Amino acid sequence: MGVALKTLTGNYAVATAVKLARVNVISAYPITPQTTIVEKLAEMVELGELKADMIRVESEHSALAAVYGAASGGARAFTATSSHGLLYMHEMLWWVAGSRIPVVMAVVTRTIGPPWNIWTDHSDVMDQRDTGWLITFTENNQETLDETIKLFRITEDERVFLPGIVTLDAFILSHTTEPVDVPDQSLVDAFLPPRKQPYVFRAGEPIIMGNIPRDLKWNMMMREDIDKAMERAKKVIEEADLLWGKLVGRRYGGLTECYRCEDAKHFIIGVGAWVGDMREAVDYLREKLGLRVGLIKIRYFRPFPREDIIKWLNNAMSAVVFDRSVSPSAGGPIFVEVLASLASAGVRTPVRGVIAGLAGVDVTPEDIANAVLTSVSEAEELGTFKQSVLWFYGGE
Amino acid sequence: MVFDDVVEIRFHGRGGQGVVTAANVLVDALLKVGLYGQAIPFFGAERRGAPVVAYARVSKKPIRTRSSIRRPNIVVVLDAKLSELVNVLEGLKPGGTILINSPGKPDIKGGFKVCYVDAVGIALRHNLVLSGWALVNMPIVGALAKILGVPVEAVEESIRERIEGRVGELNAVAAREAFNEVVCVE
Amino acid sequence: MSDESVLPLARPMIGVSGKTGSWRLQRPLYDSSKCIKCRLCWLYCPDSTIDINEGSADFITINYDYCKGCGICSNVCPTKAITMAPEG
Repeated sequence: MGVALKTLTGNYAVATAVKLARVNVISAYPITPQTTIVEKLAEMVELGELKADMIRVESEHSALAAVYGAASGGARAFTATSSHGLLYMHEMLWWVAGSRIPVVMAVVTRTIGPPWNIWTDHSDVMDQRDTGWLITFTENNQETLDETIKLFRITEDERVFLPGIVTLDAFILSHTTEPVDVPDQSLVDAFLPPRKQPYVFRAGEPIIMGNIPRDLKWNMMMREDIDKAMERAKKVIEEADLLWGKLVGRRYGGLTECYRCEDAKHFIIGVGAWVGDMREAVDYLREKLGLRVGLIKIRYFRPFPREDIIKWLNNAMSAVVFDRSVSPSAGGPIFVEVLASLASAGVRTPVRGVIAGLAGVDVTPEDIANAVLTSVSEAEELGTFKQSVLWFYGGE
Repeated sequence: MVFDDVVEIRFHGRGGQGVVTAANVLVDALLKVGLYGQAIPFFGAERRGAPVVAYARVSKKPIRTRSSIRRPNIVVVLDAKLSELVNVLEGLKPGGTILINSPGKPDIKGGFKVCYVDAVGIALRHNLVLSGWALVNMPIVGALAKILGVPVEAVEESIRERIEGRVGELNAVAAREAFNEVVCVE
Repeated sequence: MSDESVLPLARPMIGVSGKTGSWRLQRPLYDSSKCIKCRLCWLYCPDSTIDINEGSADFITINYDYCKGCGICSNVCPTKAITMAPEG
């Protein structure tokens, strides 16, 4: 199959993927827990294993600006950050997406202060959800590696031409070592076509990007086109999954994966590393308690898998959405978008939003099973949830 | 519960003793014999000498659980004096195993399987000393491999891969000696 | 360029906003007898409306179709070979 198992941390899995994607330009500013991604890449460049330019900068804002410039000039470019660094970059995220320049960024999700906190939480990346970047959450180091490679192909597809973020949970993935299949360079080369982008800045061919529009409707049309491109990306993501599956034998599903859903009446919905713990909880609830529970793993939060959510929850008795971030007074962002998706199709399945694991608070399979069990009992008894949003701390 | 398929390990050491490297070498060795492992560091405001922990999971199947380890099956203590600072037995499952770096049988109550190995003695035998500290982490991995039923060759190979040259070779020898010398009493 | 995307791109061209010379309130006047051919006016003109004529009696030509009358050329001229006069 042309693959070899290696033990890698999540961060080294990202660095390995970036190397295999033959990235030309890398720029980043160090921040825990992202630092070891770029540290590893710097080592690869230094050893001559990766022929790329590393641009040293004074901030995350400049890091993305540098990568954006390089990508505008035709380079395959990469950056990585976390938490406060990502917030500092925020303005540049809009510029890159608005320019329709493909760029790939790894975000090691980390809590935002105050107080200072280095543990995982999805608030940092959720803060970027309206920028026009694709956002994918990964469950383990293997998926992190695979999805990083795939994201270069997806973002550089002419139906998309948008930048993309691959996220991995701080420490739980970024610093945890586990076996990872590292595909052969030849497979990645077969998977990744030469870089494409809508336009390239070249010396002697003057074009202006982002000039004040004469007709404001043009400006609005550009925003609508990003919206359409995001919709078109759904098919591109599925195609990439299929092709990667053919080459390396690993398929994840497109925007979502549904685990033990065939006969499920109740659903858990989640993103990121704790999906693994949710699988354990589903097995436990089914095998020990005989409950027909399924798990919807949202792999891509942007584009949002509206159709998949409607399909799976259409005839469900209940759904419990776990969010690792919150929009104060509105609930978790995944919860809100699941509800909106269902409402758009007239589906009236009761949905509960569980806000848990913020600030890196540990959540075990037992905790998840307990939270789901309480909700399932309530839904079966009342056919609705008395309290739609619940703050859940778990633990002992 | 279904979660019990996985063997969970907690390492206690001091900042600078290499608990994270120990967990990583263990996971490398597991992979060589077809087992799945997960090495999980725990970062805080540690300094050299302060008590630190790291975790590992071992399984025949890919490991899906990623939350922290609250009730380990095995506790590994790289410095016996740590038990004066922290409760190294916290959460250890009934009938669980404790492996301690100690020249003699330590006095551990609670019905646990107690294993001990003179990792300091082994390290000194090979002059494995850095900045005044005996390098005990690789002998400890050797002893742990014995407890887990992992062939020592896998550990030796993993050590040579992570630590180059003569130092790697000496560490591999030290790990084998610990594998052979570790004593366990029920 | 992709047919799929609506892009925030523009290409530079002359007179996209019409003849901006009509915006001018003051007109730069050139006196070739004072000109020392230093090219500062050419360098500083923000609208590139000054052309150099190598070897001619008048060293520069001002394009009044697009000159907005900002007066920078007159300001930087070391010999006052360019002066500003109100538009009639």
